Amino acid sequence: MSLIDPQDTLPPARSPLSEAWEMFRGNTAAMFALIVLGLIMLCAIFGPWIYPTDPFDMVWAPFSPPGVDGFLLGTDYLGRDLLAALIHGSRVSIVIGLAAASVSIVIGVTVGALAGFYRGWVEELLMRITEFFQVLPTLLFSMVIVALFGASLPMITLAIGVVSWTAVARVTRSEFLRIRELEYVMASRASGATNSKLMFRVILPNALPPIIVQAALMVGSAILFEAGLSFLGLTDPNVVSWGQVIGSNRQYILDASYTVTIPGLAIFVTVLCISLVGDGLNDALNPKLRSR
Amino acid sequence: MALLSVKNLRIEIKTRAGVAPVIDDLSFDLEAGESLSFVGESGCGKSMTALALMGLLPEGVGSVAAGSITFDGEELTTATETRLREIRGNDISMIFQEPMTSLNPLYTIGEQIAEVLRAHQNLSRKAAWNQAIELLDAVRIPNAKARVNDYPFQMSGGQRQRVMIAIALACQPKILIADEPTTALDVTVQAQIFDLLQDMRRQTGSSIILITHDMGAVAEMAERMIVMYAGRKAELGPVEDVIAHPRHPYTAGLISCVPHILSTLTEEREELVEVPGIVPALNDFGKDSCLFASRCQQAQAQCLEARPPEIEFGPEHQSACWRAQEL
Repeated sequence: MSLIDPQDTLPPARSPLSEAWEMFRGNTAAMFALIVLGLIMLCAIFGPWIYPTDPFDMVWAPFSPPGVDGFLLGTDYLGRDLLAALIHGSRVSIVIGLAAASVSIVIGVTVGALAGFYRGWVEELLMRITEFFQVLPTLLFSMVIVALFGASLPMITLAIGVVSWTAVARVTRSEFLRIRELEYVMASRASGATNSKLMFRVILPNALPPIIVQAALMVGSAILFEAGLSFLGLTDPNVVSWGQVIGSNRQYILDASYTVTIPGLAIFVTVLCISLVGDGLNDALNPKLRSR
Repeated sequence: MALLSVKNLRIEIKTRAGVAPVIDDLSFDLEAGESLSFVGESGCGKSMTALALMGLLPEGVGSVAAGSITFDGEELTTATETRLREIRGNDISMIFQEPMTSLNPLYTIGEQIAEVLRAHQNLSRKAAWNQAIELLDAVRIPNAKARVNDYPFQMSGGQRQRVMIAIALACQPKILIADEPTTALDVTVQAQIFDLLQDMRRQTGSSIILITHDMGAVAEMAERMIVMYAGRKAELGPVEDVIAHPRHPYTAGLISCVPHILSTLTEEREELVEVPGIVPALNDFGKDSCLFASRCQQAQAQCLEARPPEIEFGPEHQSACWRAQEL
């Protein structure tokens, strides 16, 4: 029997991924934010080679305003170059943002996946633990961790990750609860898939879109968190970061406001761009908002 | 000995009102290579039977309360989850009603077929992939070599159901359970899928359990049929005997619902008969009476007082109706 296959005469269907990219590209704000983020990333990666001035070196008189004496962004209270601090500090801020977000994703996805997949007492236990972490005052808790275990970069990263995984766990669990009832999961079960295969090869990839959105937003909030901690002085004093620049110059906020404003703006722009990209991802990956 | 033997199976489901038997005292045998069909309205326990055979009853909700399922001499109701996992997809496999959503959207169909082969047959990546192409070819997907890299969204419903059949038959199972495999498909495609299933049965020698409410499909596909009503077996017998002479009013009702195409438009057509009413609610399932009585034109006092026994007509044909002799 040879019937004409309708698929051969139709234009090829587009993959979900290319459809999402199309959607994202149509979002002007998100695209613009993505480009700005790209520039910031380039600056963080290559900046220190292009502008090798050591941010801890006293290179000029203190409180030289931006643009005067050949220093584009001026100098701080110790006569250190603010542009150098901004460029070198971007690395730490962004790396901590990414690393802390990864930590919270790993913890959150594991907890959420186990709770959503196994249900029953596993879910009860894990979700009570999640709630416990949710009600802790996050800044206070991370300050305690850093104060107890020392203000090194890995410890700060861990502290931020440990206090912010609960949202990821909730999103992951809810996606697992939804997807585990879908037919292709039943079909995989019926063809003899093991639980770990069902969890990580069948359900998790399909649960990723909202987790990716959450992750993007998480990077932004982790950068803010790091800035907050270093503003309070809970940071590695040998490493420059945006928050640390603000923190060390905070006494002079009235005399030389630019020393605080400039790194503040850097944080603001970066986090704003991350949020816009996250929003764009949300629109692009959420099938309910996608116009078909 | 029968390949699959179900004895006095009772499956209970927890509802808010209490425990209800969705399958009540079901017994049947399935021989190797045989095609058996389950017929009945929605909510009569056909799919539950299939899930029970696979050991896939909804966790925490449904469970086997009594009876046994013996597959190839092995008891399935008490088998460990690990053993059941070995059986699923390898010895007993299943295809579902909704081909549009039964494939994982994120993997190519080749990967999904190869996955089953690798899990059960210890094939290498390459060998599994090659066999996936062969299977696609066998289920008559044109240009299998190229389409093996397609994602489900690139295929039509009929093609996806073919892929599901390829996955189900990948390990040459002894039993294939098809749970309303054509309900979601066009009529022309339905015929192709049934054709394919018949062909594959001839080639692999698998037994097929077809779950459907389409009497036409039963007549075409199966040798024996079981009519289910409200979790109970209403009638069991060879398809020809049952259709020619139904021994249960419910079976007769189901048959009279099917329209016949006549050659000339002017020819006198029989009125289509409907079976009045609906399947009783779950909490009535356990009652000691004929559950069909409320919809049955032949019902008498006895029907409401006790559950009818299964009456034998010849070696293979049985019916659970008090008035079966008279019908």
